[in-house]
Amino acid sequence: MKTNDKSNKNRKVPMQGNIALCEGAIAGGCDAYYGYPITPQNEVASYMSKKMPESGRIFLQSESELSAINMVFGSALAGKRAMTSSSSPGISLMQETISYLCGCELPCVIANIQRGGPGLGNIAGSQADYFQSVKGGGHGDYRMITLAPAGVQEMYDFALVSFKLAEKYRNPVMILSDGYTGQMMEPVELKSYDSVAGDSAAGQEKYLPDWVLDGCKGREPRKIRSLIMEEGALEKHNYKLARKYQNIRENEVLVDLDRMDDAEVAIVAFGIAARVAKSAVDIARDAGIRAGIIRPITLWPFPEKEIFSITQKIKKILVAEMNMGQMVEDVRLASGGLVPVKFIGRPGGGIFTPEEIYEHLKKII
Amino acid sequence: MNISKKLYKFEPPSTLKPARHLYCSGCGHGIIHRIVAEVIEELGVREKTVGIAPVGCAVFAYDYWNFDVTEAAHGRPPAVATGIKRVLPDRIVFTYQGDGDLAAIGTAEIVHSANRGENITVIFVNNATYGMTGGQMAPTTLLGQKTTTTPYGRKIDADGYPLKVCEMLAPLEGVKFLARCSVSNPANVAKTKKAVKKAFECQVEKKGFALVEVLSMCPVDWEMTPLEACKWVDEVMTKTFPLGIIK
Repeated sequence: MKTNDKSNKNRKVPMQGNIALCEGAIAGGCDAYYGYPITPQNEVASYMSKKMPESGRIFLQSESELSAINMVFGSALAGKRAMTSSSSPGISLMQETISYLCGCELPCVIANIQRGGPGLGNIAGSQADYFQSVKGGGHGDYRMITLAPAGVQEMYDFALVSFKLAEKYRNPVMILSDGYTGQMMEPVELKSYDSVAGDSAAGQEKYLPDWVLDGCKGREPRKIRSLIMEEGALEKHNYKLARKYQNIRENEVLVDLDRMDDAEVAIVAFGIAARVAKSAVDIARDAGIRAGIIRPITLWPFPEKEIFSITQKIKKILVAEMNMGQMVEDVRLASGGLVPVKFIGRPGGGIFTPEEIYEHLKKII
Repeated sequence: MNISKKLYKFEPPSTLKPARHLYCSGCGHGIIHRIVAEVIEELGVREKTVGIAPVGCAVFAYDYWNFDVTEAAHGRPPAVATGIKRVLPDRIVFTYQGDGDLAAIGTAEIVHSANRGENITVIFVNNATYGMTGGQMAPTTLLGQKTTTTPYGRKIDADGYPLKVCEMLAPLEGVKFLARCSVSNPANVAKTKKAVKKAFECQVEKKGFALVEVLSMCPVDWEMTPLEACKWVDEVMTKTFPLGIIK
């Protein structure tokens, strides 16, 4: 595939979600990928094992997800763009080091191609790791920027921009996808960084900030640590992190509003569930129901203000998730109790039909 | 006189910061830190070295060594070292790990980085106990040794045998240098330095994985005087963990 061929510009190519994630990461300047096999994201490691060495980049199959995320930790502190991917049980194993990455403020990209849980669950797509991603699955007071792609194009786009987003804030970025989006095939436009991010800065500019550990040649030695024992120093560090998180909340919220201008009822859904909800809204509109969709793209920071302002204009909200009620808690908080927030969920690897959501919508209005 | 200056003036290497250690009296970490620091200075690699401090007493190594040092989660230094070395292959990357870190919670990481022949150096400090947490049983605790979690002494039927890391790693083909030393007396300190130097040279020469196990004293948790602790290493510990170049 000639991804850099100019004649391909604006031309779409059919691609699987997991492969689009790889292509996006490579286009975004990924220097090193570390991973451990787990379904339904095995295509990522296979593709990266072939593609990364072709351009002199690092691929390594680790002995566990613990090791994979710690290899990411090592490459990130050395100033390189490092990435890992896994699926739910494997992401659980990474939580300890995600906490360390946040504490040490190391940028990196982690993709979770979610599967059904709890435990080993099954290998069908799921959205049950929302809490784990946005509330902090690891220990301590930290936040992780969480992007939810709703299709193969966004797997590419989000992987492409995520390294720079991580570097901008010195924070890990989670791409929270699911087994359906990872496995399905759709046409993808292989865009440049600028066209996705709307940023004139080149996506692969030299990145060597003043905290990287690469040997102390010509400078004072540096240290990377999250153990901060001096009197009052840890509290100070956490206040600093909190200010950063607030900055992210104010500047990085992404939300997609679909047919909300005249809507009287809104479905709030993310990722693959929002794709199904789109078809449900088509049916509802044909039946004369003025429905629309609010799709949080960043799950953290959550579009609280956007949801609150919409509650002034609509009568009811229906939250549709492929879990038994996780994001709905954030929607209820954001809505300030001004409108009823109803819920429909499919847990354990189940997926809605558009009709199922539409029937539920009819019942609640 | 020049000779007396050479003999008696004992200046620290540039690779050590002029900082006070937080280590207890008679602890071996200070000696081992200095050995590592001297070797890095002698090899002239200070400016391209990245060290990895463990979880445990030696986590503060980054306050003592005068070169780039990171911390890592408990047991994960070899994976972090791999992540650094793979993207910066011309840097000198080493881990400094205790027996709980390397031989209990981090066994997968050490075995697989060794087996990959990862071109890193590992300094493995074995003091047969968890020092920082107050003296619990380590994987290397001797049979019969009393700790806060083996008040009746380590027993085979309950806790199994002390884990011999060097002997366990020796058959792996990626491992190019293995030695077990101690810092319990001046002669052994000199031998340890020689082994640590060899282990770093192994990395400089891009030969592959090298590990030096250093038997070290923890008099506070062993409930001994510093002198008794040194004697215990020489007379008791080395029976389970014999010294020498293993590979």
